[in-house]
Amino acid sequence: MNAVQRAVTGLTAWVNERTPGLMPAYRKHMTEYYAPKNFNLWYYFGSLAMLVLVNQIVTGIFLTMNFKPSAAEAFASVEYIMRDVYGGWIIRYMHTTGASLFFVVVYLHMFRAMLYGSYQKPRELVWILGMLIFLTLMAEAFMGYVLPWGQMSYWGAQVIINLFSTVPVIGTELTEWIRGDFLVSDATLNRFFALHVIALPLVILLLVVLHLGALHEVGSNNPEGVDIKKVKDENGKPKDGIAFHPYYTVKDLFGAGFFLIIAAFILFFIPEFGGLFLEYDNFIPADPLVTPQHIKPVWYFTPYYAMLRAIPSYFGTQIWGVMVMGGAVLILFGLPWFDRCKVKSIRYRPMLHKVLLGLFVISFVALGYLGMQSGSPTQTLVARILTVFYFAFFLTMPVWSAMGQTKAVPDRVPDHE
Amino acid sequence: MANHEVNTGRRRFLTTSTAVVGAIGAGFAAVPFIGSFKPSARAQSAGAPVTVTIAKLDNEPNMRIIQVWRGKPVWIFKRTPEQLAALSALDPRLADPNSTNADQTPAFARNPDRTIKGKETIGVIVGICTHLGCSPTYFPEMVPQPFDPEWQGGFYCPCHQSRFDMAGRVFKGVPAPSNLAVPPYHYPDDNTIVIGVAPQGDA
Repeated sequence: MNAVQRAVTGLTAWVNERTPGLMPAYRKHMTEYYAPKNFNLWYYFGSLAMLVLVNQIVTGIFLTMNFKPSAAEAFASVEYIMRDVYGGWIIRYMHTTGASLFFVVVYLHMFRAMLYGSYQKPRELVWILGMLIFLTLMAEAFMGYVLPWGQMSYWGAQVIINLFSTVPVIGTELTEWIRGDFLVSDATLNRFFALHVIALPLVILLLVVLHLGALHEVGSNNPEGVDIKKVKDENGKPKDGIAFHPYYTVKDLFGAGFFLIIAAFILFFIPEFGGLFLEYDNFIPADPLVTPQHIKPVWYFTPYYAMLRAIPSYFGTQIWGVMVMGGAVLILFGLPWFDRCKVKSIRYRPMLHKVLLGLFVISFVALGYLGMQSGSPTQTLVARILTVFYFAFFLTMPVWSAMGQTKAVPDRVPDHE
Repeated sequence: MANHEVNTGRRRFLTTSTAVVGAIGAGFAAVPFIGSFKPSARAQSAGAPVTVTIAKLDNEPNMRIIQVWRGKPVWIFKRTPEQLAALSALDPRLADPNSTNADQTPAFARNPDRTIKGKETIGVIVGICTHLGCSPTYFPEMVPQPFDPEWQGGFYCPCHQSRFDMAGRVFKGVPAPSNLAVPPYHYPDDNTIVIGVAPQGDA
């Protein structure tokens, strides 16, 4: 043993003696966390979401160094970052592209759970914690979009905050409390900055830890929906499980490389993504007196926005649209209890389930498209039909998910040719 | 310590009273933090009345003055006799043609034109959609529009397609639940409007 090895061994022993829980925790979550051996492409998006989260935090820290959270200076300081700060343009584009890609991977991650029934017992808590991350992420993204103080920032904030004015009795006071003023103003921007850069990121990080903690307690699901803990070897290790590290760290690194190539392409060639990631109206400074002709949220909110628009006001209040929009997100929390199917994975489910899940995806994407359009009477009608289908899909799930002939799920992960 | 017996009654009392005192303390400690979100004294003092000269309102057809009052746009615009005549014909298509909601219409403006008596041609309206606070676009021409083939002039909100007539009254079947607000205002003389103060003897 040379001097360096002796020093490393000595230091490791010194640390282990003082924090005896460290190595067992590492083993539990990495080298002795046995994940099913049959993860496919859909299983990249969890680790990719973590990668994007790290990207958002790192680029975000550097953006705060030049951003000025005041109504008078915010827009100019963003342009200053884009033009005068060395590397500022790419750091900002990494942050804006990262925000959209965050929702891309999170939506795919959620769809994976629906595809393979990953939310089913015993993983309800994993799903709920994931939904809480999704909710917090929406608030985080919304507040981040307000910060550059462009026209879309301003009027988007105006519309979203005014959703709360539909609350009976306390609505007006509530919106003033959120804005810190009688209109969207400097006070609003300044507090959104505080929430965006410190409060909500802390909440998201905590929820991610809980999400993973809850997952590692029950173990990962897989595309077959087979419970790998049923068949273990003499050491208590699942026969169809492989250690997360090194096997899945290596697999996820490969996926990360692929993902980063796509991200880099967007970054260098189409950072605004045709007005989807950064809307053109947001390159005009906020003007409280003029609403842009065509106002719409960023693409990841448009499915819910389409539902909000589709609902007319009744009884002199338009709280119904707000309730439908909020309900569309909240109803997802109930998914583990709506699904009464005795198998998890779509691979063992009857054709009816596949068709309905496919229709659900189509209606969600179509609502997203409609939310970006100006909303002609035909489009509004289609949006209403799709909104009804969206809710019917979940509310009638206890009935249809118990119907149809399921295939027998094997005890072991089957071999495919 | 002579007595080693555990006094559970005293323990329970201490636990409960500590929890209660702690909860009350946490409640009071939350007050300044929740309160700090409210509009500050500076924001509250920024609501003074504003004075507008409207002599230039006839300079060009369909001209409109946009005046900032409490950070909101207030529209001042003139209506032609044809536009005024068309207002009553629209009543069946409106959600609240008589402006019965006092939140949007002060008593002095509760008439078909929603203006001060004797000044029927001049509309004074807060240009904030009662749906979600966008500022609707001015379409004064009485020509068919893509959003309404029988358009008689008015305001169209680009955010969620709410429509209002030339008196700021909301159409039926649009997201906005109520008419556009008429601010308190009065005329100290024929060419001047003070926004923020209602006519004397009126709320």
